[in-house]
Amino acid sequence: MALSNNDIIQVAKAVAADVSVVEHHGDLTLVVKAADLLDVLYELKDNPRTTFNLLIDITAIDWAKPGERYEVVYFLSSLANAARLRVKVGVHEDALHLPTSVDVWEAANWYERETYDMYGIIFDGHPDLRRFYMPEDFMDEHGTPLYPLRKDFPLMGIPGSLPLPPKD
Amino acid sequence: MGLNDQITRDGFVTTTVESLITWAQKNSLWPMPMGISCCAIEMMAFGGPRADSSRFGSERFSFSPRQADLMIVAGTVTYKMSWVVKKIWDQMPDPKWCIAMGVCTSTGGMFRSYPVVQGIDLFLPVDAYVSGCPPRPEALIKALMYIQEKVAESKPQLINLGKDSGDIRRSDLIVTP
Repeated sequence: MALSNNDIIQVAKAVAADVSVVEHHGDLTLVVKAADLLDVLYELKDNPRTTFNLLIDITAIDWAKPGERYEVVYFLSSLANAARLRVKVGVHEDALHLPTSVDVWEAANWYERETYDMYGIIFDGHPDLRRFYMPEDFMDEHGTPLYPLRKDFPLMGIPGSLPLPPKD
Repeated sequence: MGLNDQITRDGFVTTTVESLITWAQKNSLWPMPMGISCCAIEMMAFGGPRADSSRFGSERFSFSPRQADLMIVAGTVTYKMSWVVKKIWDQMPDPKWCIAMGVCTSTGGMFRSYPVVQGIDLFLPVDAYVSGCPPRPEALIKALMYIQEKVAESKPQLINLGKDSGDIRRSDLIVTP
């Protein structure tokens, strides 16, 4: 039996009250609250109707606006149903915290590290939340850590933040 | 049989030790393949049978920097990688030469952004730049031939390693023509 978008919405709404739905050309996006995030993700994975057993990616978007500036996006896939799904959750710029989803999918480990490295979003409970691409001491001259995919980060970087070897 | 008889029978060549050394050096440049990204595929073609860098004595890619005298930096060098490239360059014995292969290596290329070094000449002495994205193997051969000319024009310094030699510095070993 094919999995319809309405089935997915039903499964998600059974565990979280506040789920808004965006459908674009048949592609479904669920926008959830941070408090409901883990419940929704666990249910989408473990419910025998949906079985979203494959986490494709986690990334974030910086909307460059006050308030809920960031949005973290989870790309899910269900191999049994050949279905795909996006789950989005807003993150307020004053509280850059989300619960980790490593317990749901082991694959979330590196994706969350990458999202932390690029946007500075802290995933509470992550077993090893270190920088992924950038050096551990990637910060400006005041000691503030830099997150390069934020919209306020200059494209060419901040001079002196990434040292070069000396030319002899 | 006297010396005169032997010379007239076998033939002889006169040269200087310096030109003999540069001749040997330029025809046996051992590349250190610093293949960091897509340019490395063309660098392999440069060593392969069609372009055949063994015609120039450079088929022996040295995967240990200590037996190499020509570093071909083929690919995008990020700030994080620059320390690795430099460390490998420092392990190569003098005299040594460097080719910046491709636009990324030469200038940063299309990656005009924060993590990419905008040209490896910011931290390495580059002898030849090769344009292209990626360059054809022929372009790399041209760069190799340019390095060969450069080697032929250089003067190898013959160092007395006897008791008067003292400390040898890198600057003593490099002679600019």
